[in-house]
Amino acid sequence: IHFVLLISRQGKVRLTKWYSTYSKKERSKVLRELSGVILTRGPRLCNFVEWRGLKVVYKRYASLYFCMCMDPDGNELEILEIIHHYVEVLDRYFGSVCELDLIYNFHKAYYILDEILISGELQESSKRTVVRSVAAQDSLVEAAKEETGSTISNIIALAAK
Amino acid sequence: MGSQGGFYQSKEFLDLVKSIGEARSKAEEDRIVLNEIETLKRRISEPDIPKRKMKEYIIRLVYIEMLGHDASFGYIHAVKMTHDDSLLVKRTGYLAVTLFLNEDHDLIILIVNTIQKDLKSDNYLVVCAALNAVCKLINEETIPAVLPQVMELLAHPKEAVRKKAIMALHRFYQKSPSSVSHLVSNFRKRLCDNDPGVMGATLCPLFELIARDVNSYKDLVINFVSILKQVAERRLSKAYDCHQMPAPFIQIKLLKILALLGSGDKQASENMYTVVGDIFRKCDSSSNIGNAVLYECICCVSSIYPNPKLLESAADVISRFLKSDSHNLKYMGIDALGRLIKISPEIAEQHQLAVIDCLEDPDDTLKRKTFELLYKMTKSTNVEVIVDRMIDYMISISDNHYKTEIASRCVELAEQFAPSNQWFIQTMNRVFEHAGDLVNIKVAHSLMRLIAEGFGEDDDNADSKLRSSAVESYLRILGEPKLPSVFLQVICWVLGEYGTADGMFSASDITGKLCDVAEAYSNDETVKAYATTALMKIYAFEIAAHRKVDMLPECQSLMEELLASHSTDLQQRAYELQAVIGLDAHAVECIMPSDASCEDIEVDRDLSFLNDYIQEAIEKGAQPYIPESERSGMLNISNFRNQDHHEASSHGLRFEAYELPKPAVQSRIPQALIASTEIVPVPEPMYPRESYQTTMPSIPSDAGSAELKLRLEGVQKKWGRPTYTPATSTSNSTSQKTVNGTSQGDGASTVSSMRETYDSRKPQVEVSHEKQKLAASLFGGSSKTEKRPATGHKAAKASSHMVEKSHVPKSSMEVASDKAASAQQPPDLLDLGEPTATSTALQLDPFKQLEGLLDTTEVASAVNGAPAASISPDIMALYVDTAAGIHNKNDADLLSGLSNPSVTNMPGTTAMPQVTQSSSKRPNPKDSLEKDALVRQMGVNPSSQNPNLFKDLLG
Repeated sequence: IHFVLLISRQGKVRLTKWYSTYSKKERSKVLRELSGVILTRGPRLCNFVEWRGLKVVYKRYASLYFCMCMDPDGNELEILEIIHHYVEVLDRYFGSVCELDLIYNFHKAYYILDEILISGELQESSKRTVVRSVAAQDSLVEAAKEETGSTISNIIALAAK
Repeated sequence: MGSQGGFYQSKEFLDLVKSIGEARSKAEEDRIVLNEIETLKRRISEPDIPKRKMKEYIIRLVYIEMLGHDASFGYIHAVKMTHDDSLLVKRTGYLAVTLFLNEDHDLIILIVNTIQKDLKSDNYLVVCAALNAVCKLINEETIPAVLPQVMELLAHPKEAVRKKAIMALHRFYQKSPSSVSHLVSNFRKRLCDNDPGVMGATLCPLFELIARDVNSYKDLVINFVSILKQVAERRLSKAYDCHQMPAPFIQIKLLKILALLGSGDKQASENMYTVVGDIFRKCDSSSNIGNAVLYECICCVSSIYPNPKLLESAADVISRFLKSDSHNLKYMGIDALGRLIKISPEIAEQHQLAVIDCLEDPDDTLKRKTFELLYKMTKSTNVEVIVDRMIDYMISISDNHYKTEIASRCVELAEQFAPSNQWFIQTMNRVFEHAGDLVNIKVAHSLMRLIAEGFGEDDDNADSKLRSSAVESYLRILGEPKLPSVFLQVICWVLGEYGTADGMFSASDITGKLCDVAEAYSNDETVKAYATTALMKIYAFEIAAHRKVDMLPECQSLMEELLASHSTDLQQRAYELQAVIGLDAHAVECIMPSDASCEDIEVDRDLSFLNDYIQEAIEKGAQPYIPESERSGMLNISNFRNQDHHEASSHGLRFEAYELPKPAVQSRIPQALIASTEIVPVPEPMYPRESYQTTMPSIPSDAGSAELKLRLEGVQKKWGRPTYTPATSTSNSTSQKTVNGTSQGDGASTVSSMRETYDSRKPQVEVSHEKQKLAASLFGGSSKTEKRPATGHKAAKASSHMVEKSHVPKSSMEVASDKAASAQQPPDLLDLGEPTATSTALQLDPFKQLEGLLDTTEVASAVNGAPAASISPDIMALYVDTAAGIHNKNDADLLSGLSNPSVTNMPGTTAMPQVTQSSSKRPNPKDSLEKDALVRQMGVNPSSQNPNLFKDLLG
């Protein structure tokens, strides 16, 4: 897998992860071209797009498009399943995940992705394991948070002043 | 777990995200982001920022970077953050650096130290975070710094760490195989890890290692097979199941590995047959992942040593894929078919209609895949239809990348299988016309060469016919606006060589056209140069034929323009043209022999034809020529002076001692015509010694013409001989054409005439005929190429026609109920039968084939009904075919905007309807409600732009 993109139906970028090296210019070009191609595709077509000698597998969940780019000789259905796998893990983690969760917690989406894919390869195919390891990290975070003793209400109160 | 979904960021960040979410244009978004960058730049460099705050800044930077803006001013802060003691902060730091930095960034050297420390940490989460960073950031130079620690971690008690260490090692191997080559045995060891997750991860590097060097891993075949067997028998933990499939990702990886190991190895393959067969049987084809495994099985079967039984099951699966309603499966089916036809070509035939459906599908991806399949199965019998289709498609698309690819494929197929030169030229014309600037220039050269060389047999008549048809078509095409440069070059060359050859067109016609070209494409110097040379050829041929030459006024003005051109090349050509026109018929014929582009030109490197002249000069007291190597300083100077003297009288453009050409130059002065002396000064500096040394044809009688001829050589070299050398493939195709030239021509003409009659009919009725016919022309001949009689003469054809007609009523009765029956038409059968038309025994073939087709369509309709019914109750399986239906609905919602009642309520008031709706599906509606409320508290309302913000992704 060369990169993972999450794009909203309006073409807004929700998450990008690059496993192969792309310069900033190339990245924005990729985003522009692919969102042009994918967002305009009609329903009931297949979830694959051939693009510059590579293949992009995408799937739409509600208003969010999950795209993964792979080598031309890979197994498209497998990638499709990896996308679904990711979404299911997100769903377990956030509890009925919605686009808003990902917008505001994009860094968590990154952490989860890091537990599923590493350098573009699937490292863990068990949902339970992934959720468990992310939860383990979070528990530490929670512990740290309690130490500092500040919560969201504090921050909001601070910012409201 | 709902609490984890909360929003811990500050108001500022929420505002930022919100305002970007509400931005209505890219410009507005950019403005907001630039603003944010300014703020962050200021804030982040303030002293004593609390860690919490800093962490948030970094996350904001990540966000900005994600949106495509430059946040490099903050990279160093992210790096600093990785040094932090608190895991919470450290983790953010690592996340940021992995997202910000590429492996060759300068800052990486600053992180290596931290990573080293963290890899030794007691806390496995710290180690994991560091390993994540290792995978992304460590480059070839820094591998040695962390390698020992990563190796130690391979034996870490936590499986999560072992797994990541394996992946890190894999990454090292990818980046620099030599650095870890002595450690690859560790991958083998990890294959036996207790944890299936680690084992699964180990398969990734093993796959890559095996792909590079199959033979050293043959011993693992047994292990892989037994693992696969255990997985398929559900020996792994349930946690790895996915839609009731046992550990499908591991199965897929294993099948990929087996495909590599079994490729061309009968012994290894035999070990795999049983387990692969088992998987074929056990796979549940109603889920996406089940089909993914099935597809991988097909790939494996088509790669390993063929086994008839497995091939059969593979073919079954393929037909299931192709008949599916899901485009995804059709796509996979086409792909799998492409793999399998390499082993058993006959399988394609039973799917011909499905393939043609895919070809005409509105889905572009599917179409392209189908073209790929057709490309793989092209033969000389179906090349015309396939290339024709490809070109049509090529014309219809605008994606240059793919256009180039398909154009080069067309060219390749046409060169390889062209049934006739005529067809080849026509095809090339179409390709050039529509994708000329995208194809390789070599293709243009081989086309010119083909036209020049003709059929390859000694049939001058056919050659000239070919050429005049090419000329005719080019003159017609020239009327079209905006032709690609490469194509124009071909046209100019052909018109120059053969424009007037058959006497159909007068010189003024052709020259007029050429002038138009030069004028219309005045920015393109190459085209202009080609046009000028073509003009020269036309005039030369006219002079040689003792006809009076009248230069057209537009041609004259063009010449005047070129004589003063800034391009020395164009200028030279113009001067040459002028010179040639001034010569007499005999001289011109020597310079520009007509139709001599294929003649070899003998190069007299010793310039022996000048010997007499030199002798004469020496007798008169001239200094003999001393080669440069033998010259000493003194002699050189005197020689130089001496020569300088000599030269000064002829022309002043000499800057160096230049020995070799001297005799030639001198010889020109007394003998050559005035025109040629005019030419000399200009080209001289352009072609320093090369022009003298390379090509001097042996025409001692007329030095002037020799000189001009020499120039001409220089010109021709551009598109002449040297560029032809790589075109061995064309010569292949020509020789092939001689083999099946005539008999093929017959078939071609009948096919095309038939198409014409079809086109005139009504499209409604036509569709199925067309398809059937297409199928026939694509697949029909495929298996019968060998059987085809060498002498396909008319009598046989006629009789076949008769026979088929008599068969038709019967067969149409048999299948009268089926709609597809209407597809059975005599012309189709004729088309199918024609190649086999010698005996009645062969006659039967097409019928069987057609019946087979009808069967498949019937089965198709039956199968199509079934899965839809069986799947619908499975709600979780929104992945399968039904997902398409759900999607559809969503789309309708969004597209029609307000048509759906649940959506209409949303933008103005709340998202409640949506939420309640989803709550019926989801186990934890409370979460959604809480989340919704929380967000609203913070002032985020779903805008009309994106009413789906709150929608469950899985709902």
